[in-house]
Amino acid sequence: MTIPTSLITLVLGMVLVLGGLWVGQNVNLLPVDASSNAPVYDALFQVLFSIGTILFVGVTGLLIFSLVRFRRLPGDQGDGVAIEGNLPLEILWTAIPAVVVLFVGIYSYDIYERMGGMTPLNGHEAMHGDASSLMLAEHQSHGDAMAAPALLREGPGSSSTLLADDPGEAQPERVWGGISSAAGDALPVELTAMQFAFIFHYPDSSITSGELHVPVGRPVQLRMEARDVIHAFWVPQFRLKQDVIPGQPTVMSFTPTRPGTYPIVCAELCGPYHGGMRTNVVVHEQEAFEAWIRQNAPAAPSTVALAAAPPTG
Amino acid sequence: MTVASPESFQGSLQPQGWLRYFSFSLDHKVIGLQYLVTGFIFYLIGGALAGVIRTELASPISDFISRETYNEVLTLHGTVMIFLWIVPVVNGGFGNYLIPFYVGARDMAFPRLNAVAFWMIPPAGILLISSYFISGAAQSGWTAYPPLSITTPAAGQVVWILSVLLLGGSSIFGAINFIATVLKLRQPGLKLMQLPMYCWAMLGTSILVVLSTPVLAGTLILLSFDIVAHTGFFNPALGGNVVVYQHLFWFYSHPAVYIMVLPAFGLVSEILPIHARKPLFGYTTMVYSILGIVFLGLIVWAHHMFTSGTPPWMRLFFTIATSFIAVPTGIKFFNWLATLWGGKIALNSAMLFSCAFIFHFVFGGITGVALAQVPFDIHVHDTYFVVGHFHYIVYGGTVFVIFAAIYHWYPKFTGRMLNEDLGRLHFLLTFVGFNLCFLPQHWLGLNGMPRRVAEYDPAFTTLNQASSIGALLMAISTLPLLYNVIWSAFRGQVAGDNPWRALTPEWLTSSPPPVENWVGAAPLVHEPYAYGVPADQIDLNATSGRDLWSDGRS
Ligand code: HEM
Ligand SMILES: [Cu+2]
Ligand SMILES: [Cu+2]
Repeated sequence: MTIPTSLITLVLGMVLVLGGLWVGQNVNLLPVDASSNAPVYDALFQVLFSIGTILFVGVTGLLIFSLVRFRRLPGDQGDGVAIEGNLPLEILWTAIPAVVVLFVGIYSYDIYERMGGMTPLNGHEAMHGDASSLMLAEHQSHGDAMAAPALLREGPGSSSTLLADDPGEAQPERVWGGISSAAGDALPVELTAMQFAFIFHYPDSSITSGELHVPVGRPVQLRMEARDVIHAFWVPQFRLKQDVIPGQPTVMSFTPTRPGTYPIVCAELCGPYHGGMRTNVVVHEQEAFEAWIRQNAPAAPSTVALAAAPPTG
Repeated sequence: MTVASPESFQGSLQPQGWLRYFSFSLDHKVIGLQYLVTGFIFYLIGGALAGVIRTELASPISDFISRETYNEVLTLHGTVMIFLWIVPVVNGGFGNYLIPFYVGARDMAFPRLNAVAFWMIPPAGILLISSYFISGAAQSGWTAYPPLSITTPAAGQVVWILSVLLLGGSSIFGAINFIATVLKLRQPGLKLMQLPMYCWAMLGTSILVVLSTPVLAGTLILLSFDIVAHTGFFNPALGGNVVVYQHLFWFYSHPAVYIMVLPAFGLVSEILPIHARKPLFGYTTMVYSILGIVFLGLIVWAHHMFTSGTPPWMRLFFTIATSFIAVPTGIKFFNWLATLWGGKIALNSAMLFSCAFIFHFVFGGITGVALAQVPFDIHVHDTYFVVGHFHYIVYGGTVFVIFAAIYHWYPKFTGRMLNEDLGRLHFLLTFVGFNLCFLPQHWLGLNGMPRRVAEYDPAFTTLNQASSIGALLMAISTLPLLYNVIWSAFRGQVAGDNPWRALTPEWLTSSPPPVENWVGAAPLVHEPYAYGVPADQIDLNATSGRDLWSDGRS
């Protein structure tokens, strides 16, 4: 009794798809998730991994099968069959990737939206009354009350002049946006990146620190600026990365979800010590965070650490 | 004929014998081999630099070379591999050797420009390498992003710019020549849609070169002004904008990845049908997919800048455009699989390397489509995941094809076969070494190792050491190749004119071919892939291709 080829193909195809889905559900290649957008990211990863596995195993399987099944036997000088093409087939394998890619694109757009990547933060898109620009405005007033951010702003390429070209924009400064999922009562933190360190400043409590300390569950809004060259702020456990670009203040926000200590890594080549440009983010329980603030808050607002930083050249 | 025969001219003006490979030769075959050998020497240099990198990374602390030196080595490695190995070899090397044959011409359209284009490469390469010894090489990576490239030592960076400008100029000259040759030097009666696929690949590539390389040149000239004359084009301290540089740079450098891989697609399209004894499947869709890749390749550059504060609409647009490149690329891969299907596949070294190319490129293409998704990329951008991705593409893809092409065309270049056993040993070592080196890097990137670092979290030591062992295997794998290529040139089995019984025109002449490619009239090949039993019932064993296609003179 012979089993028809079409049946075998069908069964193999189903095994492949189910296997791919199973593998996608069970891969464990990512570090622990510690921010609210990490699980969203991991869901996307699983989908991409499933699709990738199905395609890769399918193509590789076909390749190896052909190499074995159609190998030339010793002494055989003949030719294969003279098939020059097959339009329906070619249309099929144009359509399949097109559909897959379209699906992946729409799905990842949705993920991106959920991670807060589409939140308009740029001067052109920001609308008054929009939550993010309100947050920004509030954040700005925090900044104005303190001395340190003024120091930041006088850094190279302060972009306040740019705004003058923007009629109808009342915002004091043009700010670029990264991922921004925070809503409501965000903890503002200012990040200054320089060769070869990250400096964090808490405008609310005037703390300046080489490590980022945040409470679990509360959104954090990072306002980032670079002093010299481009750096990048990356926390693998948060699945978040944002370049910190001189002359381009950037806002990014996230919500830590898991207490612990995670690395902050500079991901953009910034000079000889780029590989050593690392620090930690410590995610505290709420009380522990308050304790940390109390311990570290200076008696009077001080900017010693920042003012001591060398000027850029 | 009343005209003096070309041979006697050559004899008086040009050196003969091996000396002509060191001369300003106008022969496209000599120039092709000049590109190939020069490129290979730079491959060995770039490979040695990679060895230095992997040695440093065998331990998590910076203990082998200084951090500055590490960045110099890193920059030189990337620049040498891209601009002095891959681009010159898949374009200049094979392009010059094969394109005139394929269009039925005796040389390229502009032989002198061709020689100039080649002779710009050795000085540029020597300049680049010597900067390391004289002033210290550039330290800002092959991307040379300002402000870093403005603040690192100026001498090395300026020499780097000069060198890349020379190489870019060479590449543009070459591209103009290929476009003119393919469009204007075709034999009368030979239609565009009858050309071997490599011609289409080179036409597409050359269009990309001509459209995008001048943008890189302009950008680098502005960058050099910033460095030397302290202008502020890209210097935020002087009101410049660093992100503009990134846009301009990637406007060239994304197309550049296709400049590196489209010719490889073309070469594989020549190799597979011959060793599978089947026509190339889906010629027309192959041509349109090349054109589709060329078009899409020009509008995806910002996918390298998803974390640079690009506006949301831009991220969306570039995600979608990038993802769609997978469609024409997918067509090509399915067509190659269909070419193999039902063939009589010779599992020789050329075929093994070609199939490994398919294997690696599919993997790199899948990670590429993943990288095109902004939310995915935000985590892995500038990490070892990306290093893994593009090495699967550039090494696992293009370099494997170069090796396949060497095994395939060596008999044409020299008239002798390469040793098959050594070829398979070379394949095995390269395949295992390559995958051992680059597969673990994907995991490293996902879990927190950024790229371009001389030191890293000790938790990543084991996989980095595995990767370094893979690199060592790859270094060892060049030995059988080198030995094979040199030994076979003298002792290899004599190949005969057409050992693969191929139908493309470069095989329808002697091996190695005479100066003007064919002694008699050039053959007019309308069907370069007419393998397979039914087509006209040609008995290929009884007749040689030359009898069939030339006018009978020999
Ligand atoms: C299906 C096709 C491909 C897609 C969708 C794709 C996508 C991408 C994306 C999105 C990146 C940026 C990753 C990042 O830096 O975060 C990237 C990087 C890169 N790709 Fe691909 N790619 C594809 C094919 C290729 C090809 C054909 C080549 C070269 C022959 C290539 C070489 C590179 C290189 C060299 C980089 C890194 C550049 C750098 O930052 O130094 N890729 N690719
Ligand atoms: Cu860095
Ligand atoms: Cu790209």
